[in-house]
Amino acid sequence: MTKHVVLVEDETNIAEAIRFLLGREGWRVEMLANGSNAAEVIRAAMPDLVMLDVMLPGKTGFEILAELRGDPACSDIPVLMLTARGQARDRDQAMQAGVNRFMAKPFANDELLATVRELTAGRVS
Amino acid sequence: MVALNQLIGVCLVYVSGLFLVAFLAERAALRGRGGWLLRSPLVYTLSLSIYCTAWTFYGAVGYAARSGMEFVTIYLGPSLVMIGWWWILRRLVRIGRSHRVTSVADLISARYGKSNVLAIMITVMAVVGVTPYIALQLQSVTLSLTIFASSDPATQGGTINTAQAAFWVAGGLALFSVLFGTRNLNAKERHHGVVIAVAVEAVVKLVALLAVGTFVVWGIGGGVTDTLARIDASSIGGWQAKDGRWSALIFLSAAAFLCLPRMFQVMVVENDDERHIQIASWAFPLYLMLMSLFVVPIAVTGLALMPADANPDLYVLSIPLTQGQNGLAMLAFLGGFSSATSMVIVATLALSTMMSNHIVMPIWLMLRGGGAQRSGDVRAVIIRARRLSILLIISLGYFYYRASGGSGALSEIGLISFGGVAQFLPALLGGIFWRGATRVGALWGLAIGFALWSFTMLLPSFGVDAALSQDVFDRGLLGFGILRPQALFGIEGMDATVHAVWWSLSLNTLAFVGISFFTFPHPLERLQGAQFVNVFDHSSGPAHGWTAATSGADDLMIMSQRILGAAEARAFFDRHARWQGRIGSLPSPTPGFVQALEREIAASVGAATANAMIGQIIGGQAVSVEDLLAVADESAQILEYSSQLEAKSRELTETAEELGHANQKLTQLSLQKDSFLSQISHELRTPMTSIRSFSQILRDTDGLTPQEKTRYASIIHTETIRLTRLLDDLLDLSVLENGQVSLNARVVSLHAVIDQAVTTSLAGSARAIAVHRDPAAEDVDLFTDGDRLAQVFINLVTNAIKYCDSAQPQLRISVTQTGSELRITFADNGSGIPADAQALVFEKFARLGNGGGDGAGLGLAICREIMTRLGGDIRYVTDADGTTFEVRLAATLVVDRGRSLLPA
Repeated sequence: MTKHVVLVEDETNIAEAIRFLLGREGWRVEMLANGSNAAEVIRAAMPDLVMLDVMLPGKTGFEILAELRGDPACSDIPVLMLTARGQARDRDQAMQAGVNRFMAKPFANDELLATVRELTAGRVS
Repeated sequence: MVALNQLIGVCLVYVSGLFLVAFLAERAALRGRGGWLLRSPLVYTLSLSIYCTAWTFYGAVGYAARSGMEFVTIYLGPSLVMIGWWWILRRLVRIGRSHRVTSVADLISARYGKSNVLAIMITVMAVVGVTPYIALQLQSVTLSLTIFASSDPATQGGTINTAQAAFWVAGGLALFSVLFGTRNLNAKERHHGVVIAVAVEAVVKLVALLAVGTFVVWGIGGGVTDTLARIDASSIGGWQAKDGRWSALIFLSAAAFLCLPRMFQVMVVENDDERHIQIASWAFPLYLMLMSLFVVPIAVTGLALMPADANPDLYVLSIPLTQGQNGLAMLAFLGGFSSATSMVIVATLALSTMMSNHIVMPIWLMLRGGGAQRSGDVRAVIIRARRLSILLIISLGYFYYRASGGSGALSEIGLISFGGVAQFLPALLGGIFWRGATRVGALWGLAIGFALWSFTMLLPSFGVDAALSQDVFDRGLLGFGILRPQALFGIEGMDATVHAVWWSLSLNTLAFVGISFFTFPHPLERLQGAQFVNVFDHSSGPAHGWTAATSGADDLMIMSQRILGAAEARAFFDRHARWQGRIGSLPSPTPGFVQALEREIAASVGAATANAMIGQIIGGQAVSVEDLLAVADESAQILEYSSQLEAKSRELTETAEELGHANQKLTQLSLQKDSFLSQISHELRTPMTSIRSFSQILRDTDGLTPQEKTRYASIIHTETIRLTRLLDDLLDLSVLENGQVSLNARVVSLHAVIDQAVTTSLAGSARAIAVHRDPAAEDVDLFTDGDRLAQVFINLVTNAIKYCDSAQPQLRISVTQTGSELRITFADNGSGIPADAQALVFEKFARLGNGGGDGAGLGLAICREIMTRLGGDIRYVTDADGTTFEVRLAATLVVDRGRSLLPA
């Protein structure tokens, strides 16, 4: 069963890098460059993992996260937040908002893959 | 022959008549009637006749019999004052009235800063100086009585005990004076009754003397012609004036006329109207002339008729007596009696006022401490003090009479008194004409003058070995030859009187003037001096010496009642309350009111005492001008200080405000810096993320296709360029913001600059846009940095290419030129920038629109900085359809083609 991830990232180059990395691991990567309809897409797809950028056109990563956490259907989908604003304040804010993991850009590829594995381990796909 | 008892009876009747006149006048004055008489210049003139005492009445004849025409000097001095110096009198009267002066001592002490020391000194001097004069009256009345007694068969052997007689005369005069001068409890300065009585007596003595004269000339002498012939034949006719003595005596009598306490009393204190002086200035000399008219005929006749041992001083009386003219003799006696009594009454009135005001009251006040307003009736104290003073003064006169042996010629005794009171002249005249005169100068002048007068005139008058030993006369005081009483400083051969007057007055004046020059007047002195000297400039009201009183008006009221009497005090307070608009209540103790009250009281007790009494009530000392100046100075300093503080506080407030602003700015800057750093961090991390990830992929991943490798490598390349550009922009912005940029201005063609910008922008872009231009309008030369301007244009064109969301993107570049500016507009046909983002477009890291761009959001911020440096600006046009930016440059930068800005 192919694992499914929804990646919301407006930086196309970064999105491509992630898709390449996860794709090689057997993930199906669904990419969104805009935050405005991200929550609907996720709710419809019910992926195994959501990866969110913070600074997005349309809606910010936090807004999307709040929508997901407010919806019982998808409240337990693991969310990995990636942001270039890697300050401690941002990390605290993200953890409080209910992300499962928070990663600062730039990231190391194997670290990203390890985190993804960790977040999805134990989940029956 | 006239019986002594009969004479005494006539005297009593006469005195009773005088009392009646005085009583009626007083009552009329109280009821406000009889003003025409009381306030007539005639009464004023006649009251001045107290100058003519028994000395003049009897003594002038004796003087003429002994010294010929010299007696005229005694009349000439006052006449000269009245005719030539009446303006001095007028000034004295004005000052006296405006300052409610009660005596010559009061005036001088008031002038020199209300000095009590000066007042006491003058009072003592006046009492000592006038004592011989009182003695003179005693002597003349006693002598006249002895003449009658000697012709009275009832007094066995024709003699009476003169000492005893003098004692009874003194007692009678004292009683008379007490009854007259202090009859009612009104202690105020005006004595209408006394003045009227004095005027009546003036008439009596003039009539008496004229009657005796008429009898002598026509009754005995056989007419004018015969009398004149007899005069020519006598020794008087051959009399030659001794220059020095003649003028010295005129001067002395003039000075005494102004300074004598009794003259001051009638001339200044009792004066009702300044205009009376004008009448008196001719009427009084006329009176004196009439008084002196028959002096020489009587003297000549007496010398011829009377035995050689007869006293010439009594010719006026003895001639009618020897001729059996008892009635005339009685009249003459009454004339002499009038002269003596009027003089004694007024003199003791003046002196007792001085003593009670300047000696008794200050001591009483001092003993009572601050209780002036609660102790007994002050007026009773004053009246009692005056009565005792009168007794004291007359006693002194009596003792002088006894001590001097009662044998001296009347005229010599009179001159001693004149010499004494003349010592006031320098301080008096200096005080009213010279502002530089000081208290210390006056004190020293008076002290020196008085000491010299005592030594050279008063003490020698007691006779050798009485007060001064023969040794002192011969060898000088303490054996110093220069200190001989009648040859001071070794100057011998001078007439004794001239010598004394000369030395005492000249050294007095010298000390007064000299010390005044070298001493500094006290502020109150200065104030009073200015008012006295300039009395005609501002007699309306002297400056206040009081600050607003702290204690209530009721204390002042109680005190005033005790001094002025209840009714008068009430009237005074009511009047002032009305002026203050506080009808029915007490006036508030304003400085003006307190000042007026002080003057009112001064009229009863003198300036210095009134000042002290008021001072006790309204809180300690009278506020001296010095204090006022100090207070003013202090307040000025406080004011200055407080305004400094105010300025300081304002400064501090401003500084605090500035600091607040600065702090706010710093906080803002700090926030901006944080935000800036955070944004930079974001902008740096984003490309680095791609670079790191793909470089890792390239390194670690086996089996990548060549296409993949190329693609990933090119992504890394693109992101590296993005990083580089970000850093370039940051540096550029930093340089522009810090103003460190150096512009390379030269003449450039606007057309060429736009060309360059459009070409560059289109070349670096994958998207296409249709650019519409207006070459004709672009044909403008500018003096500016072409590269920087091109940078702005490139940014705008690039943005249009990047963000124009139209299906057929178009960009219109238009140029318009107005008088003041050149406008280059870049308008695309897209949907424009959302209204909420418009305000932010020129901010750093402002991301426009949909985020598709690879810029860091610094472009427009840089453009704005560049335009500012180039002397223009850039703005977003809000009311356009698409995205429209407008670049404006000052018209001054446009180069006129006709002339070149650059050297050829």
